[in-house]
Amino acid sequence: MSRLGNLLRSHDETKPWSGAYAPYDLIKELFVAVGAVALLAVILAILFSSPDQRPSTIAQWSRSLPVDFVATAAKELAGTSSTAGYGPPYNHNGEGQHAAFIYLQKWLGVSHPINTANDFVVDPLKTVPNDPALRAALAEYQAAPESTRNAWSTAYAKPLEEYEAASEEGKTPPSVVSQNASTGAVTVDAKGTGPVPRMIASLLSLAQSGGLDGSLVASNQFFQTDYTKPLLFMSDGGLLAKRAEVDHLLGEQWGMMNETGSYPGQTWLWLYTLWYQVEPFKSSENADILVMMVMGLLSLGLICIPFIPGVRSLPRRIPIYRLIWREHYSRQAGAGR
Amino acid sequence: MSVAPNRPASWTGRVRETVVEALPPEKLLPDGQPTYVASWIYVFGVASIASLIVIVGSGTILSLKGPAWWHDTGVGHFFNSIHLWAVELFFFAMVVHLWGKYWMAAWRGGRVRVWITGAVTFLVAIPTALTGYVSQQNFDAQWIATQAKDGLNSVGVGAFFNVTNFGQMYSFHVLLLPMAVIGLVSAHVLLVRRHGVVPPFDLETRLAQLGAAEPGSSGASNDAPGERP
Repeated sequence: MSRLGNLLRSHDETKPWSGAYAPYDLIKELFVAVGAVALLAVILAILFSSPDQRPSTIAQWSRSLPVDFVATAAKELAGTSSTAGYGPPYNHNGEGQHAAFIYLQKWLGVSHPINTANDFVVDPLKTVPNDPALRAALAEYQAAPESTRNAWSTAYAKPLEEYEAASEEGKTPPSVVSQNASTGAVTVDAKGTGPVPRMIASLLSLAQSGGLDGSLVASNQFFQTDYTKPLLFMSDGGLLAKRAEVDHLLGEQWGMMNETGSYPGQTWLWLYTLWYQVEPFKSSENADILVMMVMGLLSLGLICIPFIPGVRSLPRRIPIYRLIWREHYSRQAGAGR
Repeated sequence: MSVAPNRPASWTGRVRETVVEALPPEKLLPDGQPTYVASWIYVFGVASIASLIVIVGSGTILSLKGPAWWHDTGVGHFFNSIHLWAVELFFFAMVVHLWGKYWMAAWRGGRVRVWITGAVTFLVAIPTALTGYVSQQNFDAQWIATQAKDGLNSVGVGAFFNVTNFGQMYSFHVLLLPMAVIGLVSAHVLLVRRHGVVPPFDLETRLAQLGAAEPGSSGASNDAPGERP
């Protein structure tokens, strides 16, 4: 056998048990266990119930945070949102994350293509009926060269970004952005924006009426089950994160393993979530792939414990087994006396 | 082609003989256990299976009534709560069971496959639970899906496992992954029945060995040459 083979072989000489047996009713044990666990689950359900906060909708988002909605829509149009520059599996606008020479995200390619300008803004606007001004604005936008469209979108998005940044920092926001409290309309007084203000105003109206929620899940089928587009659009904005922060669900709040309310959540993800709280993962642009690779290696390690020298020997060195089998050992000691 | 006289000629007969040989009825359903099987730690294995049964039972009711039922009715919410707490109990019991088996070095005596099926069950149970969390159709589902997508996308898994696609996640949660967990647990239990519960470290032998070399030793603080149990 090779040296590696010798190292991995555990030299296991455990012999089959040749000692005494005691009566043991496995089926009865299983029935009792199922009864006990079911009873415990029922008691916990009665005492603590389960969380069920209503989902956010684009209609709610556009009504409660209209400036945030408009700013996000402008970024989708300008191609500067998180989703717009995400890369695979949504688009080719980025390479995605990597670890050294490993570009798994890029290698697996674009499987759910999303063009944020068309899918989140232009296509939903095409479904709005009886609006000649919007039709003209869309025609002007689509007829323009890409560089012009980007210049319009960027000119419109910039004051909104400044408005949001100032609001976050508690400073006075720029006066070029104003919000009508009664109608929920948002006005951006900027030059060189072409037809974009008209388009975004219509998108805001469509969203506030609830029409955009339906538009973003629409496909060629009648029945819909894929919420990728509305979820990505909403996650580019601030509403989901705002709600998540209140319920301690953000990444820096160990968010992945928590759930709303005071429920245990996915506590089994504690080790996965831990890495995001410590360097070098915490500040890395490739934190996700690094954490996933570390967890992949640790998972492989868990499976391979019987083959890992040192780790497989710890149970012999740390005598917890004497506690587990203390009755057996005391019986043996008694018999030996 | 000739067939050995003591082997059945049919495929069915051969399968029956192989199965019975590997797991004779007295091994599959014994009415006695070695006397060392006497510790609270053994409870957590059967508690994991019992929790899984409660999860499957409550999950079946939830899926029979459809994914929206539990949001609209008190009874539905109650069954969802049972499902949630059974999952929490399942993971708790399974983690204690895994730790217990680690400290017993339960892979000894040709039981490596028992350990591997147990560890893989734990790892497969994690995406099974995750797909449940993202299939809830509430704010938790929205948030967890938008967060989980980044980790999965970063390693390319997102290309074929899209946590923001409710239809796909629901299929994984109510059928594919539970089947994998149930299959793994079944294999794990059959392997335990075949090999029996791992015996204790042979303290008597070790004490004798250690006593000869070092009188007064407890025999528990070292490892014999060749990691002999």
